[in-house]
Order: sequence, then structure tokens, then C-alpha cells
Amino acid sequence: MYMYKIGVVGDRDSILGFKALGLSVFPVTQPEQASRLINRLAKENFAVIFLTEQVAREIKETVDRYKSVPFPAIILIPSNQGSTGLGIQEIKKSVEKALGADILFGNE
Amino acid sequence: MAVMRVNPNRMELSRLKKRLAIAVRGHKLLKDKRDEMVRRFIELVRRNKELREQVEKELTQALGDFLMARAVMSTEVLEEAVMYPTRQVELKVSKQNVMSVDVPKIDYEEKSQEGLSPYPYGFASTSAELDDSIITLSGILPRMLELAEIEKTCQMLADEIEKTRRRVNALEHIMIPQMEETIKYIAMKMDEDERASRTRLMKVKDMIEERSAKSSD
Repeated sequence: MYMYKIGVVGDRDSILGFKALGLSVFPVTQPEQASRLINRLAKENFAVIFLTEQVAREIKETVDRYKSVPFPAIILIPSNQGSTGLGIQEIKKSVEKALGADILFGNE
Repeated sequence: MAVMRVNPNRMELSRLKKRLAIAVRGHKLLKDKRDEMVRRFIELVRRNKELREQVEKELTQALGDFLMARAVMSTEVLEEAVMYPTRQVELKVSKQNVMSVDVPKIDYEEKSQEGLSPYPYGFASTSAELDDSIITLSGILPRMLELAEIEKTCQMLADEIEKTRRRVNALEHIMIPQMEETIKYIAMKMDEDERASRTRLMKVKDMIEERSAKSSD
């Protein structure tokens, strides 16, 4: 079976730590650069791309494009400025999409 | 509900009846599929939420540590420290079929060289905060990958559930009523034609009898 890689995309300070774990780290500064990078990684054999929420907010269209295909899985992670709640919001959105109503987060 | 534009004849009637039977069967199957997918989705999405909250919390912590490490060390030293990792993570990826949706299944494999410390640097020029953050990060990684698998599955299931629901609704509220109505329309039209031809025959018979009664007089 073919081996796949894990990519981490975000601002340099947030993601540098992952480099020590052996993941491929791609620091970005501009939204266009990030979006191009993700398209490129998707073509190469990256199965999972961790993307910081700060960057994800700027390139929503690119992130949404890979939602319906099995690979790559683009997963949002908080950056070093803390979580913006975007990741949880995405789960909420898919619940609303699937069930038509929000049943998990209703009591919050 | 509008009646379809068809010729009201027997051929069309039997064709429509067959189509209706298939539509009803398909509707039932799709409805079962939707129900099962929703059940799975709810299970998965609960786990997804739990896992994400956990991972986000720990990751914020680890990144905070890392920020501290970055504050007390110069950029060059930090970059150098993490430049050559002692291990590599690779993914084994396969597809899993959940209710005819292909979802990813991710297994990961860590390749670390024997006898090497998890820290890819010497301790002389680096700070203790960096050690902490790297240990925490490597502890979180398996869960991050599980999160990746589950979250992707949830996204794809949500997509498929939406599609299936649309189809179920289209069958239930448009296709099936429309066909039923059309079948009824054809049946009524054919009955009406039959009655019309019968009355015409009776009328003709009356006229013939009247004429033959007159001529025999």
C-alpha cells in the first residue's frame, strides 16, 4: 500500500513544533499562497492536512472544495493565538446540513 | 398535483404501473438508507465533538508552551533545533464503505530510530519549554489523526445524507403522487371512453331497430 504524508499549513510560529514530530510543515503568510499550496498538496500524496483556523478563515472556498472527496482531509487546528471556534462551527454546520436541525449544540 | 402528459391508453397504463412499483420500492430503500446513515452520523458526530474539544484544548496548551520556547530562544536556534526530526510519521490510508459512502480510514505508522531521544536536538542551546511542547504535541498526534478520520467521515456522511434526503423527498412528494394521479387519470379516461362507445352502440342499435320496424310495417 502506498504511504501517505501529513501536512501542516499555517503561520510559522504555530506550526513549527510539528516539524519535530516528522510532519511536513509549510509556513504561509498570504491567503493566496495558502490556497495554492493546498491545491498542490492535494495533488501530491497528502492524506491529512492540518490547517490553522486563522488561515482557514481566509480561504474558505478552497477548504470547502475538498469536503466531498475522501482525500485529503483538511482538519482545522487552533493556532497559537488560541481557538476561534471555527472548527466546532464546522461540525455544527455539518450537523445542520445532515439533520436539518441542530441537536448537539442546542443546549449551549 | 399535475398529471403527466401521456396518451391515455393501456400501454401507457401498464408502463406507469410498473414505474410506480419501482418508485415505491426505491423510496422505501432510500428511506431505510437515510435512517441508518442518520443513526451512524449522530454517533460519529458526538465523538467528533468530544474529540475536537479535547484536541483543541490540549493543542492550545502545547502551542502556548511553544510560544514561550520561541520567546526565550532565537529564531535561528529554534529552526535549527527542529530541522531534522528523529522520526517520521507516515499514513496508511484505505477506504471504508459506510452505507455506500467511501470514507477514509487512516492508520499511522511512526518510524523512529532505535535508541534516539524524541527530541531532535541537543539540550545545550534549547529551553525546557520546547521539550514540554514537543512531548505534548507527540502525545496529541494520534488523537489528531483520529479526529481527522472521524471529522472527514462526518463531513462526507452529512453530504450523502443531504443528497439522500432530497431524493427521498422528491420521490415521496413529487414522483409518486404524480404517477398515482396519472394512473387514475388514464383509468378514468379509459372508463369514460368505454361508456361512450357503449352508449353509441346502444343508440345505433335503437336506430336500426326503429328503421326495420318501419320497413316491415
